[in-house]
Amino acid sequence: MKTLKDAKVGETVKVVKLHGEGAVKRRIMDMGITKGVEVFVRKLAPLGDPVEVRVRDYELSLRKADAEMIEVE
Amino acid sequence: MDKQIRIALAGNPNSGKTTLFNKLTGANQFVGNWPGVTVEKKEGKLIVDKEVVLTDLPGIYSLSPYTLEEVVARNYLIEEKPDAILNIVDATNLERNLYLTTQLVELGIPVVIALNMMDLVGKAGDTINVKELRRQLGCPIVEISALKGDGVRDAAKAAIEAAKTGKTLPQHRFSGPVEHALAHIEEVTVHNLPEEQQRWYAIKVFERDEKVLEKLQLSAETKAHIEQDIAAAEKEMDDDAESIITNERYVYIGQLLKGIYKKKGKGQLSASDKIDKIVTNRFLALPIFAAVMFLVYALSMGTSIADGGIALGTFLTDWANDVLGEAWLTEGSRAILEGWGAAPWLVGLISDGIFAGVGAVLGFVPQMLVLFLMLCLLEDCGYMARIAFIMDRIFRRFGLSGKSFIPMLVGTGCGIPGVMASRTIENERDRRMTIMTTTFIPCGAKMPIIGLIAGALFGGSTWVATSAYFIGIAAIVISGIMLKKTKMFAGDPAPFVMELPAYHVPAWGNVLRGTWERGWSFIKRAGTVIVLSSIIIWFLSGFGTVNGRFGMVDELYGDETVVTDEYVAVVAERMGIPEDEVEPMDDSILAHVAQPVSVIFKPLGFGDWKPAVATVTGLVAKEDVVGTFGVLYNFDARAEQAVDEETGELLFDEDGEPVMEELEENGDQIWANVAADFNDFSGGHGKLAAYSFMIFNLLCAPCFAAIGAIKREMNSRKWTWFAIAYQCGFAYVIALIVWQLGRLFVGGMNVVGLIAALILLALLCWQLFKPYREAQKLAVQV
Repeated sequence: MKTLKDAKVGETVKVVKLHGEGAVKRRIMDMGITKGVEVFVRKLAPLGDPVEVRVRDYELSLRKADAEMIEVE
Repeated sequence: MDKQIRIALAGNPNSGKTTLFNKLTGANQFVGNWPGVTVEKKEGKLIVDKEVVLTDLPGIYSLSPYTLEEVVARNYLIEEKPDAILNIVDATNLERNLYLTTQLVELGIPVVIALNMMDLVGKAGDTINVKELRRQLGCPIVEISALKGDGVRDAAKAAIEAAKTGKTLPQHRFSGPVEHALAHIEEVTVHNLPEEQQRWYAIKVFERDEKVLEKLQLSAETKAHIEQDIAAAEKEMDDDAESIITNERYVYIGQLLKGIYKKKGKGQLSASDKIDKIVTNRFLALPIFAAVMFLVYALSMGTSIADGGIALGTFLTDWANDVLGEAWLTEGSRAILEGWGAAPWLVGLISDGIFAGVGAVLGFVPQMLVLFLMLCLLEDCGYMARIAFIMDRIFRRFGLSGKSFIPMLVGTGCGIPGVMASRTIENERDRRMTIMTTTFIPCGAKMPIIGLIAGALFGGSTWVATSAYFIGIAAIVISGIMLKKTKMFAGDPAPFVMELPAYHVPAWGNVLRGTWERGWSFIKRAGTVIVLSSIIIWFLSGFGTVNGRFGMVDELYGDETVVTDEYVAVVAERMGIPEDEVEPMDDSILAHVAQPVSVIFKPLGFGDWKPAVATVTGLVAKEDVVGTFGVLYNFDARAEQAVDEETGELLFDEDGEPVMEELEENGDQIWANVAADFNDFSGGHGKLAAYSFMIFNLLCAPCFAAIGAIKREMNSRKWTWFAIAYQCGFAYVIALIVWQLGRLFVGGMNVVGLIAALILLALLCWQLFKPYREAQKLAVQV
């Protein structure tokens, strides 16, 4: 299973499914990362985490630990 | 007269909400807090109609039950039922902004959309068919530019109109299985609620929203019944109920915008993207960050302009302290009151107690305003979010936010603006943690303490000061890791899923207003705590019983019939000092109380009344610790007679008057006395005792002004006391461990003390290394 955490910088991926539950999952979905949406991995923070992505025409940052919940293709 | 109209302003963070609020209400604003939480609440009267109150809801992305801001907003909307919602929508970010809109229109309150930044959409070559959007969403839409003020009044008028007559019905429908379940839920659970709120409640029940379920108090039978419907829908859609609804909303928005939002340029970089490419670049990000931080620090807290630096803040604060506080308020009021022939105690109370306290507050204000101005600029232009992005990796390990870096940095200058700088942290848990730990960093006023200890006992060694910073940083790290596992902090979930807003030129109106609001709230709230506590310490150190008579000790000591030679001998005996060193302060309430109380510092190695008194006066201002030592070790804290450097003789001028010189702030003249005394009461381990004393004073409760700032930012008595108690407790434990374990090496080991120290150390380690799990529920009841 490939997750957003594995996606490389500069890659555009499509969200297949969101794993996990509760507050973090809801927050990720509230911010627009839902099934079928395209996510562009823009960059990593200078210290390697968190990651910056572009989704629904805006910039979003999330931790790798949370990005692992997002299954992509 | 008809009843007052109330309109709520709702919208995403960074959508221009604050700008719009300021444009709509002008100067008619009241700032407060939402009950029970530290989230700021702003209200104002509309310029176009003074009868209408506009409430600025916290910036939110959704109405989920998981973040404090969102719960505060939805509680207000559901329970207070404003007459209309003015929903500001950022047209350049339509999809995510409309996501909140789909939730707002379900509440049964008329919604008017203020479509902001349409000019930017036009500039990018994109088009939005507003007419069609209005038809599809079923609510009025007004195009505005909050920054320029275009259309702002029309938006306000439309909202007032909607409040009087309007009605908004949600136009969107979810897919079959969901609607089926919703219909069932509406039928069995919420039919007795107001009609316009039924759909909102039904959806929340479907989502299994715990806050709503708690409120509805459904019977077990009903619950089981609807649970079947929800489970059926979940099975069919292969997701949990909450996610189904979220998904459905975005699917609906996607379809809605298909024919409405036409993009022209795709893939080209905006100006903001170009800036970000440099500013958060893998290699340049940290140097740029360091440069920005240096500038913020150098301008506000660094070397004063008067001393060749660039710190406008320090320059203004020095002026305010010396001229405004000291010369005008304290000395000026004393001169006036004495001119009136007021009683000495009254002069003391007003000049030394109240005005000296007020002066201490006012002195900080200019420095804080300069600092807040820069923080507001960083926030408004979009860089603050990048700071969190860059620093998150380091700080989240200690239960802090990437933005905690700024309070800590500012705290090296002064803890008060440091504590107040924590306001830029959105997450309440991170913010509280930052407030509690910021004052561990040695501030400017703690430098004289370090200087005194280093000079008196360590031969001026620089490693003492260096170690003080390491202790401060270690205290933050250890506290962060320990506290995040406690019940007080274990509560709230803290997902770091953060928008990185586009960079833009700061709106000066917002920046100046934000700067002033923070400065003013400090003056107001912190002022009361500081003034009150200054009066108490002034009273305790200035009054006492001398030879059976109660009064101002300075005055009583001037009376030879009260302070007889025999009495001086008694005091000298009690304090264990030579008769010629007896001071009025030795008879103050503070000294009387300090002597028995100083026993509690015995396990830390400095159980003597002088360090105890100094520690207490340190609460007024940390530099007072050194001043108190000056008084207690019988040297004038301000001046002493100058000595000829070559002959070592005392200097006199032509008139035979002694030449006085200012005592250095590090108080080098009292070093020998301090060293002798520390060696004396610690059984020869003066160095260790002094180091323990320094650690305790660096880590324990900060000065009253900083406590005032903590109270302001915590906005809770309970949390303020918790913070102070934790700081004092932590300081005590660390000093105890250092003193008791230290004696293992320097000799004079105490078995009981050593066991206590080892137990405390073990407890500390246990709390540090026990596993930790992130919470999923909001602990605070709002």
